[in-house]
Amino acid sequence: MSVASRVESDGQLARLLQIGIVLEEVVEARAYEHYQRLPDEERDERVEDLLQEAREESAEHRERLEELVSRLDGDEEAAIDVGALVREQYARTGPNDFDGILYDQLNGEETAYKFYDDLIEAVEASDVTFGIERETLLSTLREIREAEAEGVEAVAALMESRA
Amino acid sequence: MNTADQYLKAVFLVQQIEEGPASTGALADRLGVSPASVNEMVGKLADRDLLVHEKYKGATLTDAGETRARDALATYCVLERFLANVLEVEDYRGEAGQLEAVIDETVADRLDMIIEREPDCPNCFDAEADACSHLVEELGEVEASD
Repeated sequence: MSVASRVESDGQLARLLQIGIVLEEVVEARAYEHYQRLPDEERDERVEDLLQEAREESAEHRERLEELVSRLDGDEEAAIDVGALVREQYARTGPNDFDGILYDQLNGEETAYKFYDDLIEAVEASDVTFGIERETLLSTLREIREAEAEGVEAVAALMESRA
Repeated sequence: MNTADQYLKAVFLVQQIEEGPASTGALADRLGVSPASVNEMVGKLADRDLLVHEKYKGATLTDAGETRARDALATYCVLERFLANVLEVEDYRGEAGQLEAVIDETVADRLDMIIEREPDCPNCFDAEADACSHLVEELGEVEASD
C-alpha cells in the first residue's frame, strides 16, 4: 500500500506502462467497433478519418510503450487479447447513437491524457533510478500526452462543427 | 485515486473489520503510514464533514464520507479485477495497493469496460481478505484471513 503518488520500482513502472498499453488498445479497438457500427446516414469522410487516425495513433503509442516496457527490468508481458475483451463487452458498454460514438471517442482520449499526466507526475515525484534513462522515459510520455491532447481537440472540434 | 479517497476507503474497511470506529493504529497499519500522518489527515477529513473523530475511539464515516469511500472502493475493485483477470497478476492485492495512488477514477472506469464485475460491487469486497469475494472465489483462493 502506498498513499504517495510516485513510481517506486522498474516493476511498478512496467505495470503502469502495461496499463497504458491496454488503454491504447481499448481506444483502438473501440474506434474500430464504432466505425463498423456507424449508421449509413452518419457516415462522412471527416468522421471516418477521425476514427481511422485514432486507431493508427493508438497503435503507434502502444508500440512506443511496448518498447519502453521491453527495456525495463519488470515482469514479462502478459499475452492479452484486449480486442476480444472489447468486443465481448461492447454490447454492454458501447454507445448506441452517433453522438454517443463521438463522446465515447472523446472520453477515451481524455482518459488516456489523464493517465499519462498522472504517470508523468508520479515519475517526476520519484527519485528511483529506472532501467531506462529518465529523460527518455519522460520525453516519450510527454510526447504521447501531447498527442492525446491534440486528439481531444480534434474530436471536440468535430463535435462542435456538427452541433 | 487521491490521498483523501484512499484514507476514506481505509476507514470504511477498518470500520467493518473492527465493527466500530476505525482506530488510528489500525489505519496506520493498513495505509503503511505513521500514526501522526493518520491523525493529520483524519483531522482534515473531519473538517470537511467526511468523518467524525472521537478521541480514544477512532474515526467513523459520515454519510457523505461513506458515499465517497464506496466509490473509491469500487475503483479499487476494478483495479484488482483488472490486474487479476486481464494481466493475470498473481499478487494483485499487493500491486493494486501500490498502483491505486496513480490510477484515477476515470482510468478505472475505462478499464471497467473490459472486465466483468458483479452488480453488487463494492458490497462484495471482503475487508478481511482485502479482495472482492467473487474474485477470491473465481480464482479458487483460500481466504487470506484463514
